[in-house]
Amino acid sequence: MNGYLIALRAIVLREAMRFLNQRSRFLAALVRPLVWLVVFAAGFRAALGLSIIPPYQTYITYEVYIVPGLCGMIQLFNGMQSSLSLVYDQEMGSMRLLLTSRLPRSWLLFCKLLAGVAVSILQVYVFLAIAALFGITLPPMGYLYLFPALILTGLMLGALGLLISSTIKQLENFAGVMNFVIFPMFFMSTALYPLWKMAESSPFLRDLCALNPFTHAVELIRFALYEQFNGAALLWVLACFAVFMACSIIGYDPARGLMKRKRG
Amino acid sequence: MSTLRLEHISYRYGAKTALDNVSFVLEQGRFCALLGLNGAGKSTLFSLLTRLLVTREGTIHVAGHDLAREPRAALGKIGVVFQQQTLELDLSVMQNLRYFAALQGLSGRNAQRSIDAALDRLGMRDRSGEKARALNGGHRRRMEIARALIHDPQVLLLDEATVGLDTAARQAITAHVHDLADNGLLVFWATHLVDEIRATDDVVVLHEGRVLAHDDAATLAGDGSLLDAFIRMTGPAPEGVTA
Repeated sequence: MNGYLIALRAIVLREAMRFLNQRSRFLAALVRPLVWLVVFAAGFRAALGLSIIPPYQTYITYEVYIVPGLCGMIQLFNGMQSSLSLVYDQEMGSMRLLLTSRLPRSWLLFCKLLAGVAVSILQVYVFLAIAALFGITLPPMGYLYLFPALILTGLMLGALGLLISSTIKQLENFAGVMNFVIFPMFFMSTALYPLWKMAESSPFLRDLCALNPFTHAVELIRFALYEQFNGAALLWVLACFAVFMACSIIGYDPARGLMKRKRG
Repeated sequence: MSTLRLEHISYRYGAKTALDNVSFVLEQGRFCALLGLNGAGKSTLFSLLTRLLVTREGTIHVAGHDLAREPRAALGKIGVVFQQQTLELDLSVMQNLRYFAALQGLSGRNAQRSIDAALDRLGMRDRSGEKARALNGGHRRRMEIARALIHDPQVLLLDEATVGLDTAARQAITAHVHDLADNGLLVFWATHLVDEIRATDDVVVLHEGRVLAHDDAATLAGDGSLLDAFIRMTGPAPEGVTA
């Protein structure tokens, strides 16, 4: 096995071990979407009527509608959690081990990203299994098609987390990420309501939602769950991933990036 | 052949100059202390040597490799022990070492051989199964030194590696790294503790970002002590510098 794959395997196993050791993190990652699914959706199902929109071919309940958004939510929070642990690693010093390795920094950051994606995919499938216990089932092949979609959306959201971690000076500043990144991204997307619903109240908000990368991540997941392909969402996700990843690599580059400014 | 060559290195944090035209050459098999007060620029210099920071002013060569042009080759010749401890506390000693080896792209028998050799050198073979969290400060430092040697570097950088350790642990660690230098490694040891330096060691005195002196400790000390010589060079009452 060459050095690149050795490092990849070690980082993925390390993240998996860290995740499994933090049972509370695992539970929190599941409880959050389940509360939305069981409590929020139950309360709003009457208020939020839905018409038939692709990929659905019939009327669906609100619980069914928000499942893809909650899958995205798991990955969004996981991406930010990874970002938080990167900032923590920077403060504690262990990030320096990665940054001073003789392997390319961009590769090691990508390994970190992949490790986070692997953990988020595990969380999504556990969530879907629990959702099935509540009677929310999806087309059988949808669970399979979901897998590559989750890799792509996980990479995009993880790269966003990576980018954020390269700009944050201290762990205390991370609360701002919750307010200025996670909540706006989640609420201004199709996770909880379709775009046409948003347009009814504000066309401007609808346009903002349409520009939100998380909207396209959710739509890619939604279509994959129903065995369909959404090319526009795929392009958005790939493009955003490329931009976020490139900016992250620049951010962690000591010659050009934000690491330099963070120290100053 | 020079193992570490710095030529005209300068670095600024905004308007503040941290390093100003720093140049020196260090040879293989030597123990060189980088002596300076807090804020002298030692940590900035170490960050430049490990490429956590980069500068366009000046060049750094490690074992013949230009750090700016061949960063991978140059970093592969450096082992680092940072001032801040960087162990994975929930992993065992052996797991930590294997994880680090993997980050360097090493695994299998060669990696295990290096790990075993590093543990033997530092007398920690019998503690390899213990969690890092269970080790005292001195043993954690030894483990970090063992880890820094896994990829067989030619230069070992230690940034204030004895900070927070008791006297016995400090002496044990300084003795270990002196042995490493005797066996052919270049050890570059940043410190503000003069008693960690032996008469035959090289000393680079760094003050306010400039190299004030570079010679062996005995020559710098002259007829007095190294501490006296250091005080003469850097000014009165250097807080935190002890004999």
